[in-house]
Amino acid sequence: MSLDKSDIERIAHLARLDISEQEVPEYAKSISSILNLIDQMQATDTAGVLPLAHPLDAVQRLRKDEVSESNQRECLQQNAPAIEDGLFLVPRVIE
Amino acid sequence: MFNLTLTELATRLAQGDFSSVELTQAYLDRIKALDSQYNAFITLAADSALEQAKQADELRKKGQVGLLSGLPIAHKDLFCTAGLKTSCGSKMLDSFISPYNATLVERLNQAGAVTLGKTNMDEFAMGSSNESSYYGPVRNPWDKDRVPGGSSGGSAAAVAARLVPACTGSDTGGSIRQPAALCGITGLKPTYGRISRYGMVAYASSFDQAGPMTRSAEDAALMLQVMAGLDPLDSTSADQPVPDYRAHLNDSLAGLKIGLPKEYFAEGLDPGIAQQVQAAIQEFERMGAQVKEVSLPNTELCIPAYYILAPAEASSNLSRFDGVRYGYRCEDPVDLEDLYKRSRGEGFGSEVKRRIMVGTYALSEGFYDAYYRKAQQIRRMIQQDFLTVLNDVDVIMAPTTPQPAFKLGEKNSDPVAMYMEDIYTLSLNLAGLPGMSIPCGQSQGLPVGLQIIGSYFSEAKLLNIAHQFQLATDWHQQSPAGL
Repeated sequence: MSLDKSDIERIAHLARLDISEQEVPEYAKSISSILNLIDQMQATDTAGVLPLAHPLDAVQRLRKDEVSESNQRECLQQNAPAIEDGLFLVPRVIE
Repeated sequence: MFNLTLTELATRLAQGDFSSVELTQAYLDRIKALDSQYNAFITLAADSALEQAKQADELRKKGQVGLLSGLPIAHKDLFCTAGLKTSCGSKMLDSFISPYNATLVERLNQAGAVTLGKTNMDEFAMGSSNESSYYGPVRNPWDKDRVPGGSSGGSAAAVAARLVPACTGSDTGGSIRQPAALCGITGLKPTYGRISRYGMVAYASSFDQAGPMTRSAEDAALMLQVMAGLDPLDSTSADQPVPDYRAHLNDSLAGLKIGLPKEYFAEGLDPGIAQQVQAAIQEFERMGAQVKEVSLPNTELCIPAYYILAPAEASSNLSRFDGVRYGYRCEDPVDLEDLYKRSRGEGFGSEVKRRIMVGTYALSEGFYDAYYRKAQQIRRMIQQDFLTVLNDVDVIMAPTTPQPAFKLGEKNSDPVAMYMEDIYTLSLNLAGLPGMSIPCGQSQGLPVGLQIIGSYFSEAKLLNIAHQFQLATDWHQQSPAGL
């Protein structure tokens, strides 16, 4: 598997990562070599094997549907890059 | 004082030989004097540490003593610590002050531990050399031109350099065991779910597991006793009783059945490591253990499966870093998409971006069955290999790493070469099994790690085996020259 410039640009867009023009060839090369490593598994016959999502095949525990947390907006927004009146600020989305 | 283990320090504090404030101050002074050589710490928490120490001393006077009262430790910088920076080794979280404690931090605090600071690590725990940290590489105390391993490289180097008696670490593909091996310390990755992941910055959620990094198995048992247990805040934490880990340390090993997987002693293994591991096995035979060769036939598929599944989970987990709610934000974004892309592009380092892209690619439309589903099927085959072998033997023993500590920069430019470093460790994360690395010798003057692998929730057995080895040998007591 070999990825080219347009593949890297497409993946970076899907992942919302700004990648500079100069970085693209290095990522194309290194990610292609990683995919080549990964492609070793394609030769293995896995027909009928149940996929394993969780090592202990655990299921989600349910808890009672009751309020357990208090409102800590001010505390939690202390790490926010930009807030106003308790709201997170982002560039205008709707003109 | 700095050569005492956590267990020995607990005795000395109880005897009143020194106070926790004196002990804490001595360690803080030592870190300030020496850490510029290693870069093991990202944050030193001098004020809060002395406050915790003072409190521990006062409680002791009132007869209130926890398992870790007044004992200094440090946390890998991916565990949230209220009021302290939690950077995860990334520019993305360089200004992040955690508003709450991770459950394991809370438990260790409750037991009386004193947090000296936060240790350096590969960015978002992605790496095997600690070279991907935004805060610069950590240097191995055994040879400062070499890496300490990763991703818990700061924790391993800090314990090896006697800057702290014990640390927390996390292990997603070997990140406790590999640096423990390369720095000559004891590291335990428990069964998946044994320790709560709440407040631990997520890399790959179905693999991530916290654990202790210490000078001895006895200390690891002490730390695990406090860290382990069900947590309602982590729905994947295991609902299993926590045994008294220290009660089994002195059990006899007579009749113990040890399996040696032939695939872990194959081509690519450093001859010095092979020799030291064999010598360790002979030590166990002298204690009455029986040894046989076993096979884990799908071993070579571990790296391919891991490097689909872990990046896939990472690409999803790290989507939370959007420059809006916390973390790094780019200057003057023109619109929302620009805000996301540049905040993430500038805030993440290259290895993190590489893994996010691999994961994004594997999960993108049309590739899911060929990559993600296939890797999950192989994950089950790897788990089955282990279950079959562990049905036949009590534990599996193998080298922790194929090579001793390598030079800084040696593997940095080739991600695939770096990934091979975890060939003997990440199989356990795929299967969710517990494993330990303990020092068992030296190769080329550098520490060698013996890996001990057990069945689910067999941590007491692993600690017992490691402790018996440490009673019979002194590899765990060796320290780097010049300390």
